[in-house]
Amino acid sequence: MAETAEKQTISVRVNGEQRTVESECSIAAMLRAIGLDALKIAVERNLEIVPRSTFEEVKVRDGDAFEIVHFVGGG
Amino acid sequence: MNAPQSIGADTWSVAGRTFTSRLIVGTGKYKSFEENAAAVEASGAQIVTVAIRRVNIADPSQPMLTDFIDPKKVTYLPNTAGCFTADEAIRTLRLAREAGGWNLVKLEVLGEAKTLYPDMRETLKATEVLVKEGFEPMVYCVDDPIAAKQLEEAGAVAIMPLGAPIGSGLGIQNRVTIRLIVEGAGVPVLVDAGVGTASDAAVAMELGCDGVLMNTAIAEAKDPVTMARAMKLAIEAGRLAYLAGRMGMRRYADPSSPLSGLI
Repeated sequence: MAETAEKQTISVRVNGEQRTVESECSIAAMLRAIGLDALKIAVERNLEIVPRSTFEEVKVRDGDAFEIVHFVGGG
Repeated sequence: MNAPQSIGADTWSVAGRTFTSRLIVGTGKYKSFEENAAAVEASGAQIVTVAIRRVNIADPSQPMLTDFIDPKKVTYLPNTAGCFTADEAIRTLRLAREAGGWNLVKLEVLGEAKTLYPDMRETLKATEVLVKEGFEPMVYCVDDPIAAKQLEEAGAVAIMPLGAPIGSGLGIQNRVTIRLIVEGAGVPVLVDAGVGTASDAAVAMELGCDGVLMNTAIAEAKDPVTMARAMKLAIEAGRLAYLAGRMGMRRYADPSSPLSGLI
C-alpha cells in the first residue's frame, strides 16, 4: 500500500458498535473523540485490560474490539 | 467483666481498611442519583456497592454515579452482579480494578436468574484466581458454614452469606447457619441479601455478624432516605445488643418485681 499524506481511517468495535477512527490514533485520542473522561472509565481491548497510564501511547489497530466501562448503580 | 470501653471505638476491618459503619449499601434501583446520594448519607455507610457496565458511547455526557457519590469520600466496592461464570466475574473485576484503582471487590457468581442463588463451584474457582491476581474479594455465598470455610481458605477477605434471596426482603431465613458461619470464620462475616426491614438488619447484628449489605430494602422503601436512617439505627442497636450479651431464654415467666414484701 502506498504511503499517503492523507489521514486514513480504520474500523473498530466499541461496546459492540462499529466505529471509524483515524489510523495511528491513540486510545486517549479515541476516548476524546467519543467524549469520555479517561479518569472515569476502564478500557479492555481484545479481552485484555489497557492500563490507563498507557492510553496516550497505545495505538488503535484496525479490527480492534474495545469494551469501555464505568461504575453504575448496583447492589 | 468490662463493658465495651466506648461505642465510638467499635470498628471493624476488612483487608486492612477500618470502618466505623457496619452498614454497606447498594446503589441500584433508586429513582434518581439525588435520592441515592441522600440515602447513602442518611445510612452513614462508608462503603457502597457499584456495578460495572458499558458506558453509553452514544451519549457520553450523561451524568455518572461518581458525580453524585464521591469515590474519595465513600469506598466503592465493585460487584460482579449479573455474572454467571467465574470467567465473566474475573473479567468484570479486572476492569473494575482498572476503573477504580483498588483491589477490594465484591465477588458474586450467580447460579440461576430465578433465585439468584450463588453458584458455589464457580464462586470458589473465581476466588482462587482473583486472590492469585492480588484482588481482595469479599465473597457472596450460600449460608453454608463449610462453603464459608472453603472460601476463607481460598483467600476471601470477607464472607457474605445471603440471609434470603437477593431482592426478596424475606429477612434472615436461617439464623443457625449464619451463627455457625460467624463462629467458624476468621474474617469478617456480613449478611448480604435478603434484608427487608430494620428488624432483619438487627437480627443479623445480634447473631454476631460484622456488618450487613443491603440495597433493595432501602431503595424500594416508600421513603428510602428514612429507611436508610432506620437501617443505620437497627445496625447500631443490633450490634450493641450483641456486645451487651442478651439474657437467657426461659420457657416460663420470671417476675421482674420482688416477691418478698407483698402486702
